[in-house]
Amino acid sequence: MNAPSAAPTTGSPPHAATRPGQGGSEFLPAVKNAALAALVMLGLSIPIIAFRTENSMANELILLPRWRVVAVLCLIVFAVRLLLNLGGIHIARRRSAKRREILVTRVEAPTTLGQRIFFYAAPVLLGVAIGYPLITTLVNGGLSESRYWIDLGILVLTYVMLGWGLNIVVGLAGLLDLGYVAFYAVGAYSYALLAITFGLSFWICLPVAGILAALWGIMLGFPVLRLRGDYLAIVTLAFGEIIRLVLINWVDLTNGGAGIASIPRVSFFGIPFTADEDGFAATFGLEFSTMHRIVFLYYLILVLALVTNIVTMRLRRLPVGRAWEALREDEIACRSLGINTTSTKLTAFAIGAMFGGFAGAFFAVRQGFISPESFNFLESAIILSIVVLGGMGSQMGVAIAATAMVAGPEMLRNLGFLSAVFGDGFDPNEYRLLLFGAAMVAMMVWRPRGLVSHRDPSIVLGERKAISGALVKEGHG
Amino acid sequence: MANPDLVSSTDTILTVDHLTMRFGGLIAINDLSFKARRGEITALIGPNGAGKTTVFNCITGFYKPTEGMITLTHTDGSHYLLERLPGHSVSWKAKVARTFQNIRLFSGMTILENLLVAQHNRLMIASGFTIGGLIGLPNFRRAEGEAVDKAKYWLEKVGLTDRADDPAGDLPYGAQRRLEIARAMCTGPVLLCLDEPAAGLNPRESLELNELLLSIREIDKTSLLLIEHDMSVVMQISDHVVVLDYGTKIADGLPEAVRNDPKVIAAYLGVEDDDVEKIEAQVGL
Repeated sequence: MNAPSAAPTTGSPPHAATRPGQGGSEFLPAVKNAALAALVMLGLSIPIIAFRTENSMANELILLPRWRVVAVLCLIVFAVRLLLNLGGIHIARRRSAKRREILVTRVEAPTTLGQRIFFYAAPVLLGVAIGYPLITTLVNGGLSESRYWIDLGILVLTYVMLGWGLNIVVGLAGLLDLGYVAFYAVGAYSYALLAITFGLSFWICLPVAGILAALWGIMLGFPVLRLRGDYLAIVTLAFGEIIRLVLINWVDLTNGGAGIASIPRVSFFGIPFTADEDGFAATFGLEFSTMHRIVFLYYLILVLALVTNIVTMRLRRLPVGRAWEALREDEIACRSLGINTTSTKLTAFAIGAMFGGFAGAFFAVRQGFISPESFNFLESAIILSIVVLGGMGSQMGVAIAATAMVAGPEMLRNLGFLSAVFGDGFDPNEYRLLLFGAAMVAMMVWRPRGLVSHRDPSIVLGERKAISGALVKEGHG
Repeated sequence: MANPDLVSSTDTILTVDHLTMRFGGLIAINDLSFKARRGEITALIGPNGAGKTTVFNCITGFYKPTEGMITLTHTDGSHYLLERLPGHSVSWKAKVARTFQNIRLFSGMTILENLLVAQHNRLMIASGFTIGGLIGLPNFRRAEGEAVDKAKYWLEKVGLTDRADDPAGDLPYGAQRRLEIARAMCTGPVLLCLDEPAAGLNPRESLELNELLLSIREIDKTSLLLIEHDMSVVMQISDHVVVLDYGTKIADGLPEAVRNDPKVIAAYLGVEDDDVEKIEAQVGL
C-alpha cells in the first residue's frame, strides 16, 4: 500500500513550484465565478427577499421594496464566494495532501488534538455549568437582572437532558425515534395531573412520571420491534402525533387544547419558595426573592441532566449498553450470539423514554402551565437534530449541539446593530430558520457524522484509542 | 417422534430428521436427514444453491423449517429441539454458535468489545440485569474480569492479542474471519457452525484456519459443522462429509468415500461434458 500512495506525494512538489505562476491567472476566473454566484443570489432574492407585503393605512396589501437588503446579501455572497475561490484552492490542496498522509499513517490518526481538547472540555464545561448563575450574576450586576440568562440556561439544560435521553435510543441502540416528544409530554402531564388531582409533591411525582414514560416507551416499543429504518421512523412519528391528539381531545382528563394551568410549583425538598414564615427565604434567613426558585430550578435540571449523563455512561460499560451498540452495528449477529433483541430494544426505548419523562415533569413544574401545543413535532425534530448534529452516541457532542441550537437563536435577539447594515426594521430573529437551515447544510458538508464523530471504546486492554466514525454504523432503525 | 435409537446414542450431537424447507413453491431442502457426531468435524458440501446455508439457518434458528426435527444432545443427555427454540435461545440455551458467509462483525466496536458482546447473557445475569451493575456490585466486576480473561484466551488463540483495542472493521479480511470464529467460541458452544470459513483466504491463511479448527475440536472439545467450498479444507480436516444437491442428500460418509462417489463427482466436483451421460447412466439418474 505504501508504494503507490507515496508516488503522488513525491509528485506534488513540481505542482507547488508552478503555483505562484498560476496565481495571476486564477484571480480573474475567481472573480467571474463570484460574480456569477452573486447574480444567482440576485435572481433568488427577487421573489423571496426583494419585496415585503404590508398592510397600508387603508388596510390594503402593498409591496415594500427592500433593494438595500438584496444588495447587501449579494455583496456578501460575492465576497464569501471570492474568498472561498481564492482560499479554497489552497485548502483543497492542503486537504488532499493531508488525506494522503492519513492513508499512509492511518493507524496513528485517532489520537488527534481535537480529542485532547475534548478530554479537557468535559470538566471545564461542567465547571462553567455549575458556576453559571454566579457568573451571570456578576456580569449583570445582580441576581434579578440575570433572570433572562438563567432562564436561558434552564432551557438549554432541558434540551441537553432531552438530547442525552434520546441519544440512548438513537445514538446507542440505533433506533430512529421521531416521536420522542411524546414521552416528554407523558412526563409533563403525569406530573401536572398527579400534582393537581392528588396533591402529590414534585419529588414523589418525578419518579412516577419517569416510570409512566418508560411504560409508554415499552408500549411504543412492542409494535415497532420488527420495523426498521424509514418504517420505524414513520411509526414513531405517528406515535408522537397520537399522544398529542389524545391530549387535545381527551378534554375530561387533560382539559384539551386549553391546557393545564396553575400546576404546583417546585419546593425546596418540602420548603416552598414563598415569602411566608415557613418559606425558603425565611427558613434560611435570606431576603425573599423570586430568583431563589429560578436558581433552584437551574440546579435541579443540571442535576437531572448529569444523572442522565452518568447513567448513560455507566450503561455503556454494562452488558446492556454493549448489546445496544452491537444491535446498532448488526442485529443478525446479535441474535446469533444469543442476545434477546426484543428485550434489548425495549430497554433502550424504556430508558430513553424514562429520561424524557423526567424532563417532562421538570418542564411542567417550571412552566406552571402546559398545553398540547408545547409537544408538537417540531420539538421532536429539534431534539433529534441535536443528537444528529452532536454526533450520534457522543455525550459531549450532544451537549454542545444543544447549547448551539437552543442558545444560538436566542443570541439573534441581541444583534440589533445589524439593522445599521440592512436598514431599519431588520430583525435578525426573523431569519432564525434560514440560519438554522444554513447551519445544517454546512454541518452536513463539513462534518456529516456530527460534531464528535468518533466513538470511545467501552473497555480497553491496553491503550485507549478512539474509533473513527467511518467504521461506526448508524443502525438500520 | 421419540426415537429410542436417538436417545441412547450419546455420541451423536446433532440429529437432523426429515428436514424440509419450502419458500413458496421453491423447495430449498427436501427431506434431509443426517447426524453429526460429538467431537468430530462434519462438513456440509454441495454446489452453489444446494441449500447448505438454508440448512444452517434452520439449525441456528434463523428459519423455522416447514417440516422435520432438529435435535441437539448435550453430554448430560438433555435434548433441545432447535426448530422450536426462539432465535436467541439456540445460542444461549442449546449452545449452538455460528459464523456467517459474509462476515458480520460489530465493525465499529473494538475486538475486545466484540468478544464481550458474545458473553452477553452470562454478564447480564452477573450484573443483576443491569441494576446490580449500575450500582457497582463486586459480583459483576468479577464476572467481567472472567469474561475478559476468556476473551484474552481467544485473542491469543487467533493471534489478535496486540490488536485487542482496535476496531474490528480495521482488521484485514483473514483476521476478521478468525475474529468471527473467536467471537462465536466466546459464547461457549458445544456445536460450532461455520459458514464457509475459508472463503477469501489465501493458502497460508487457509492452513492456519485448519489448525485453528482442529485445535477447537481437540482442546476446546467443541464439535464443528462447516459449509465449505475449499476442498483442501474439507478433505484435510473433516471427519465426516454430507453432500447436498438441490436440497437432497446425495452422499454421506468419510471424506475418502465421498470423494470417490460418482454421484458427488457428477453433481459437485464437475465432469467433462462428454462424461456426463456416461456417469449419469452409471449412477442411475
